[in-house]
Amino acid sequence: MNGSGFDFNRRRFLGAAAAAAGVTLAPGVTLYGVGQAQARGLDEPASGEVRWGMLIDINQCTTDCTECVSACATENGLTGHGRPATDAQWIRKVSVRDPKNGVEKSLPVMCQHCAEPPCVDVCPTGASFRRADGIVLVDKHICIGCRYCMMACPYKARSFVHEDLTDQKPHAPRGKGTVESCTFCVHRVDAGGKPACVEACGATGHGAMTFGDLNDPDSEISRRVAQYATGQIRADLGVDPGVRYQNL
Amino acid sequence: MASKIAFRTIEGRSFGYLLLLAVLGALLVLGLGSAWFMEHNGHHVTGMNNQIVWGMPHVFAVFLVVAASGALNVASIASVFGKTAYKPLSRLSGLLALTLLTGGLGVLVLDLGHPDRLIVAMTTYNFKSIFAWNIYLYNGFMVIVGVYLWFQMERRMQRYASAIGWVAFIWRLILTTGTGSIFGFLVAREAYDAAVMAPLFIAMSFSFGLAIFLLVMMASCAWTGRPLGDKLLARMGKLLAVFIAAVLYFTAAQHLTNLYAAEHAGIERFILVDGGIITALFWWGQVILGGLVPLALLFLPMTAGTRGGTILASLLVTLGGLAQVYVIIIGGQAFPLVLFPGMEVASGFGDGAVAQYSASWYEIGLGIGGVAFALLAVALAVRVLPFLPATLADSAVDPHHTKPEPKGAVPAGA
Ligand code: SF4
Ligand code: SF4
Repeated sequence: MNGSGFDFNRRRFLGAAAAAAGVTLAPGVTLYGVGQAQARGLDEPASGEVRWGMLIDINQCTTDCTECVSACATENGLTGHGRPATDAQWIRKVSVRDPKNGVEKSLPVMCQHCAEPPCVDVCPTGASFRRADGIVLVDKHICIGCRYCMMACPYKARSFVHEDLTDQKPHAPRGKGTVESCTFCVHRVDAGGKPACVEACGATGHGAMTFGDLNDPDSEISRRVAQYATGQIRADLGVDPGVRYQNL
Repeated sequence: MASKIAFRTIEGRSFGYLLLLAVLGALLVLGLGSAWFMEHNGHHVTGMNNQIVWGMPHVFAVFLVVAASGALNVASIASVFGKTAYKPLSRLSGLLALTLLTGGLGVLVLDLGHPDRLIVAMTTYNFKSIFAWNIYLYNGFMVIVGVYLWFQMERRMQRYASAIGWVAFIWRLILTTGTGSIFGFLVAREAYDAAVMAPLFIAMSFSFGLAIFLLVMMASCAWTGRPLGDKLLARMGKLLAVFIAAVLYFTAAQHLTNLYAAEHAGIERFILVDGGIITALFWWGQVILGGLVPLALLFLPMTAGTRGGTILASLLVTLGGLAQVYVIIIGGQAFPLVLFPGMEVASGFGDGAVAQYSASWYEIGLGIGGVAFALLAVALAVRVLPFLPATLADSAVDPHHTKPEPKGAVPAGA
């Protein structure tokens, strides 16, 4: 009824927790837990010691390259319907031109995985949540599709699923009528990998994106953040994004 | 001050009444049909998209919710401020507040991506969210107004009516503030970054609520042959004029404070000067037709206090109110979010560009369905329960009225 993603999840959920009778009585509570467990992929909780983040070196990113965007679409099954206004976009390339000197740059923008995420604050049901390791996700089972989080996000990072879905990826469940955004490819991260966009960017040879643990001083991302001047988009808003930009 | 106002149900057998029910019922069905269609196909059939995420349904919903708390004012004036002339109107006032709120919330819920998860919204709360708080405020409002109505109708309880009237009055102020705060919490949206939003919403609620109340009251009197005193009407017209002026005042304050903050120059320019349809709606819809013209109608000797003048003024306030909410909701989203201050930006996702929105018929249909529900519920309720006073003749409602009482008028105690 809600696109294959929803059905898929429900089936998997029922399979995983076969004893979950009387779901309708407290669907929020029951499904919330499952949503989290599923997102992690493992039974162990996400660690608060870690803060996943990303560093994007704008000087390495070229105007005509959109490899990260395509990789995201492939990885997460974001097939469009040829309707740019309503098709989901988890990551986009934004071109920024300084009117003073005419210098033009291009950079990818996606969910910034804020430490103080407004989307989480405003969400009435708690469907938007931030894991202890800093990844901000939407629990598709309790999202009611009010879009308040989209109103609140300063980075326009979220998309609403406007129509029926096809070709969903098992690891990236979606649902018509719910809101979604970049997950930092949480399924890969939990399995020890890195997001598809970062991998794709590396494969092009640009290497503009670095992913890692901002809390670990020895990680590559931390070393680079310590070494170079980096910034956050609209740092003045105080939401402390986990995505940093170099040469912004 | 025991009052002896007689309340009577309406007969409700006339062709006109049945026709009214039929028309409102048809509009309601239309609204439900629109909602079903939107849900079934997904929101891509609407004018809403990933840039304009709240559209026409939200314009109607916010308008109705704001008007609902305002509709209760008439009762508050009677019970809280002790104006006996308004007492016969308290029941209708409470009833209208309930139905408008239900209509508005209905529209809001039916527009959700998952209306089927209403139970989730009611049971899973994020207490940090003002939205979640609003759910409590709305539910509480319904309960309080329900009790208020019951106390008024139940003789034994009448002595507590004014106490609960106070509670209702305070609750409604909080409720409107809560509705306004939904926008106040959106830090990144420059259009809403003004402390004046809360008082503005309260003024809007006073004005829209009274305008709708006047329309419903005048229609009920005219269609059921109940007398309606000229003095009472003139008084309420003056009150509406005060509320309209308050809305204009706070609107001016909203834009002047925003203009003062340099970083908001862009959004102000957009709303006031070059926002196309938004600018037109602001000046023509909200300020001129929804504000200045009704003010003139209510003050100029030729039209002040007349039925025609009051009806026209109330209609204009209602439509101007919808325009105002449209400017706030749609205008606030159409103006692009500023990610890189001072830079020229572009992307395939609408960055740096004004977002376009044109409401689909489904959204408008859903909104009108909400209005139809509110009115239909009133029409049915006044038939089953004594909400309407038998007369609103000046001699009946005003203790200081000097003319001799016409025969058959029911005297009101004072
Ligand atoms: S970028 Fe937007 S969606 Fe992502 S965490 Fe921040 S507020 Fe939420
Ligand atoms: S759309 Fe979903 S995730 Fe966003 S605020 Fe509403 S319930 Fe929360």
